Amino acid sequence: MLLADRLGHSFGAVRALDDVSFRVDAGQTLAIFGPNGAGKTTLLKVLAGLVTPQRGRAQVDGGRRAIGWIGHQAQLYGQLTVRENLAFWASLYDVSPPTDLLARLGLTDHADRPVRALSRGLVQRAAIARALVHDPQVLLLDEPFTGLDRTAAEAFGRLLAQHTAAGRATVLVTHNVEEGTELATDVAFMRGGRFVHFAPRAGRGAREVAEDYRHAIA
Amino acid sequence: MRMLRVGRWITAIGLLLLAGVYIRALVFTPVERLQGLAQKIFYVHVPAAIWAESAMIFVGLASVFYLFLKDPRLDRFAEASAEVGSVFAAIVLTTGPIWGKPIWGTWWTWDARLTLTLFLFLLYVGYQLLRGAIAEPGARARFAAVLGICGMVLVPFIHFSVYMFRTLHPMPIVLKPSTPSLPGSMLVTWLLSVGVFTLLYVGFVTQRYALSYLREQVEVIGDVGRGTGDR
Amino acid sequence: MPLRDELRHAWVVARKDLLVEYRSRTAIVSAVAFVILVLLVFNFSRDPTAVSSIDLAPSVLWVTLAFAATLALNRAFQLELENQALDGLLLAPVGRGAIYLGKLVANLLFVGLIELLGVPLLALFFNVPILPYAGPLAGIIALATVGFVSVGTLFSAMTVRTRVAELLLAVLLMPFMVPPLWWAALATSRLLGGRPLSEITGWLKMLAAYDIVFVFLALLLFPATVNE
Repeated sequence: MLLADRLGHSFGAVRALDDVSFRVDAGQTLAIFGPNGAGKTTLLKVLAGLVTPQRGRAQVDGGRRAIGWIGHQAQLYGQLTVRENLAFWASLYDVSPPTDLLARLGLTDHADRPVRALSRGLVQRAAIARALVHDPQVLLLDEPFTGLDRTAAEAFGRLLAQHTAAGRATVLVTHNVEEGTELATDVAFMRGGRFVHFAPRAGRGAREVAEDYRHAIA
Repeated sequence: MRMLRVGRWITAIGLLLLAGVYIRALVFTPVERLQGLAQKIFYVHVPAAIWAESAMIFVGLASVFYLFLKDPRLDRFAEASAEVGSVFAAIVLTTGPIWGKPIWGTWWTWDARLTLTLFLFLLYVGYQLLRGAIAEPGARARFAAVLGICGMVLVPFIHFSVYMFRTLHPMPIVLKPSTPSLPGSMLVTWLLSVGVFTLLYVGFVTQRYALSYLREQVEVIGDVGRGTGDR
Repeated sequence: MPLRDELRHAWVVARKDLLVEYRSRTAIVSAVAFVILVLLVFNFSRDPTAVSSIDLAPSVLWVTLAFAATLALNRAFQLELENQALDGLLLAPVGRGAIYLGKLVANLLFVGLIELLGVPLLALFFNVPILPYAGPLAGIIALATVGFVSVGTLFSAMTVRTRVAELLLAVLLMPFMVPPLWWAALATSRLLGGRPLSEITGWLKMLAAYDIVFVFLALLLFPATVNE
């Protein structure tokens, strides 16, 4: 569903991406871990089509319409309510927002408050709702757990599991190995714009993956 | 760097020839009957004006091609041409009033050609300010290209609108459809001067181009030294 | 993408911008306050016995509108950068042209509202009879506004990324603002001077040509301001 073919990209002399290739098929969740500055965000932006890579090619089946994206920032309008925000983004995709979306993220009570008045965690939940509003085939997630409390993180985890179970694909990048490991079918470690490890998770738990990460990055 | 040296040589030759043109203009070319010595400034004023305007066209063309080809050399050339253009515009804006005071009796009038040059100068200033305000090289080049193209398109509009007003400015005497109405020796001096200014434009742009290339190299080294944030 | 979809998406973007503005109302209130202040300053800085208000009114009108609009134009892309919502717009299956058009429409309605409030105030403060000329005056204002707002909207997409956004936009935009304002001011003074309409059609044609060229150019160039 998603293909990265020998991607390369530099900012000045800094190599953000250096010959990165992989594919993610239906039902797969790829978790990419790496320290700050490893090129993770650039990789996601290239996959989303927000940045045109200088070398190589990225392709998502179904194009922009198929992508759901959660970035560092919420991409919501502070003055508008959660409901208005979702309605706006849905209308850009020519759909109406799924009725149960707010309930599943525990946002029902906050739907008519302006986003600016919400706490950090609630904003992040609204951002997740925004990314899911058009029922995307491929989710691209950049540090999606930031600001979520335990309950919200678990609810989000369930949503992601449903998404994968429905035969869709997810790419998740984070610097925190504790996050999201359980959801991943495949694991990659990134440093200096390169994949230094890329393998199926194969039953490894968060602890084993963290161990492997320390070895690979050190 | 070789290019910088070449640019310096061209500029040096250009300046030398400029001195030559002026010796010719002052000593060997007849004094204009009505304007007297003030007319001599015309040998700097008009070629500078020609190049101030042409430089904008070159900025615009380089910008169009940059947006298609994304070749950093085109961006560097546009930057160089804009800086040199602003220098020539400044020459026009200073020599114009110096000529205008004895001839028109006033330093500044909202004359068509002078106004046009002032616009050009402001466009160049804006262009350089925009470049200075954007740190990321890719965005800087794209934004500058957008402004450069808009600037090129604006020039004919200003041209047209300033000419709809009655103007105090001498009408073009050389570049007009009928044969030039300039005495032969003045025309030769003037043509020489245009040639010299062309050389100066090329020399300045070459140097400026080489300089921005070197600066980019320094920026690149600086980036490596500092490292950058999360990307 | 089909034109109809583009236009619909443009309207979705514009409507959202106007809703955001309606919620806070800070921009429109400060713009109108600014207009009133400029009109006051003009009124106190002139000698009523030396310059008649009918002679001064066209310049005052256009200087006031130009400054008020310049201050307002940054708003459109500022609100997209607040939570990096612009990335979301770029990611949505919507053409870049639709985003630009949406912003243009929102800015035009916004500046139009300022003008709708500012022109009667000018008429009131400077005692200029505008009612007999309301139709043609609205035409001149609309044509001139489309011209400089289309360029300003394009430039604001670039200047919002800088630290000195408001000032830089004003500096970049002024050379592009002067031709349409110049023509509009000339047409306005002819109109208010009671000259026949046929005398201003030339200016109106120039304004229309400027609008067509720059709206088209901005549509072509806008992608370069947002694509990485």
